[in-house]
Amino acid sequence: MNTAPPVVEPEKNPTDPLISIRGLRTVLNGKTIFDGLDLDIARGSITAIMGPSGTGKTTLMRHITGQLAPDAGEIRVDGKEVVRLGRNELFALREKIGYLFQNSALLTDYSVFENVAFPLRQHLRLSEELVRNLVLTKLQAVGLRGAADLMPGELSGGMMRRVALARAIVRDPMLIIYDEPFVGLDPIALNQILKLIRTLNETLGITSILVAHELAAVRQIADRIHLLAAGKIAAQGSPEELARGDTPWTKQFFTGEVDGPVPFHYPAVDYAQQLGLSDASTTRHAGSQA
Amino acid sequence: MNALGRRGLRFTEGIAQIGACGIFLFQILGAVPRSLKHFRETIRQIWFVGAMSLTIIMTCGLFVGMVLGLQLYDVLSRFGATAASGTVVAFALYRELGPVVTALLFAGRAGTSITAEIGLMRATDQLDAMEMMAVDPRAYVVAPRFLAGIVAMPLLACLFNAMAILGAHGVCVTWLGMDNGTFWSNMTSNIDVWKDVINGVWKSAAFGAVCALIATFQGYTTAPTSEGVAYATTRTVVFSSIATLALDFVMTAFLM
Repeated sequence: MNTAPPVVEPEKNPTDPLISIRGLRTVLNGKTIFDGLDLDIARGSITAIMGPSGTGKTTLMRHITGQLAPDAGEIRVDGKEVVRLGRNELFALREKIGYLFQNSALLTDYSVFENVAFPLRQHLRLSEELVRNLVLTKLQAVGLRGAADLMPGELSGGMMRRVALARAIVRDPMLIIYDEPFVGLDPIALNQILKLIRTLNETLGITSILVAHELAAVRQIADRIHLLAAGKIAAQGSPEELARGDTPWTKQFFTGEVDGPVPFHYPAVDYAQQLGLSDASTTRHAGSQA
Repeated sequence: MNALGRRGLRFTEGIAQIGACGIFLFQILGAVPRSLKHFRETIRQIWFVGAMSLTIIMTCGLFVGMVLGLQLYDVLSRFGATAASGTVVAFALYRELGPVVTALLFAGRAGTSITAEIGLMRATDQLDAMEMMAVDPRAYVVAPRFLAGIVAMPLLACLFNAMAILGAHGVCVTWLGMDNGTFWSNMTSNIDVWKDVINGVWKSAAFGAVCALIATFQGYTTAPTSEGVAYATTRTVVFSSIATLALDFVMTAFLM
């Protein structure tokens, strides 16, 4: 009988990065978003991806989760090349990833409890008692056990973010991606989210990727910051290293200068020419008057 | 770009949309076996698009039957053939009006709400969130609504027909004095269950599939803005109405 040898998955080295990106190239609507981007994200770390608006931070997350295929390059998550995964393999990978959307993306027809229970009910055949215990444990961790019966419409922005976080961690993922988790939060809610991210990272060893603009908040928890600009990683290092950085990108981003490598003005034709004040048009105008 | 170029572009975009809708249909059909895992969701959707549409369907059916009875009684009286009123009303309802008017009402009531619901789920990232939780939104959100359309439409059309015949009976017999026995006996002796009633049911199921497909496709592919959702709901009504009437002609030609 012809028996095929069993497929042996290469042993994972704990020191290998959880995410490894090489030569990433993406063009969307004629605009080059990434042009040969290389990036490694270590296991168990909190990594912040920062950069000016429109530099492709969320697009990068969509590449990592297989929602969007790049034009070229290699993206490995936990040793698997995302682009080559079939639908079932991709879904299997996503079961190990928690994603916190900027607007929380709670299912509006379901209560807080049912939102958190949703991934459990969809993928696991657990008794109702076990589902209840798991959901209440996660809601307790984010401080919202008392809000289990509320509907998403009855929650504040910060509470919605925390429910989404409980849903993201309900299956104990290896990686959590936080897409703009601090936007629109008051200082209390912001600190609550910061504390939760740090606690989850320390207690569960979850690798965290943080897409954010809030430098002060990011500096409190991030182990490493990658500054994304002009389709590449413009600078990277610990928050302290980047704060001391003297490249034009880091200077402008960390001091908030209005103009610099990221220009204040959107590319446009010459101002004087558009107003009809350039030499050529002035001459033509004068000529027609004569 | 000149006017001709713009029209050409819109035409090719329209063709591309039809192609995308066809691919979407195959994706839904592929997701149907997986959607059976969410059978409770399908039942919920049948209740939503079916039971929640009963008021409008039954009310409109009653009035359509009353108008039909009144008009036909008046026209047939010119030929001394008022005894055929019930039969003609039933023919018109079972073969054409029942399935078609129900589909048009379904598109306006249930189709628009399906589009708006899925469109808002798209705009608020709920569909992306499902994808990220390794749940296929085509199996969990789209396929149950598609199946609900196919199941609910024939049932609604039957109720529409029943109410319309009651309305016609009320006008012809109770109001205009036609003989009750003549109304019913002529109808039952001339209507063929397979050729007239069951063919109408097939038509309804096909209209249900088309209306649900258009509604779910428009919602799923809507631009994630309030304006995008508004356009998508409008397109659902327009495209469903056109598709229903065009399909009605094709099916009538084949089923005659």
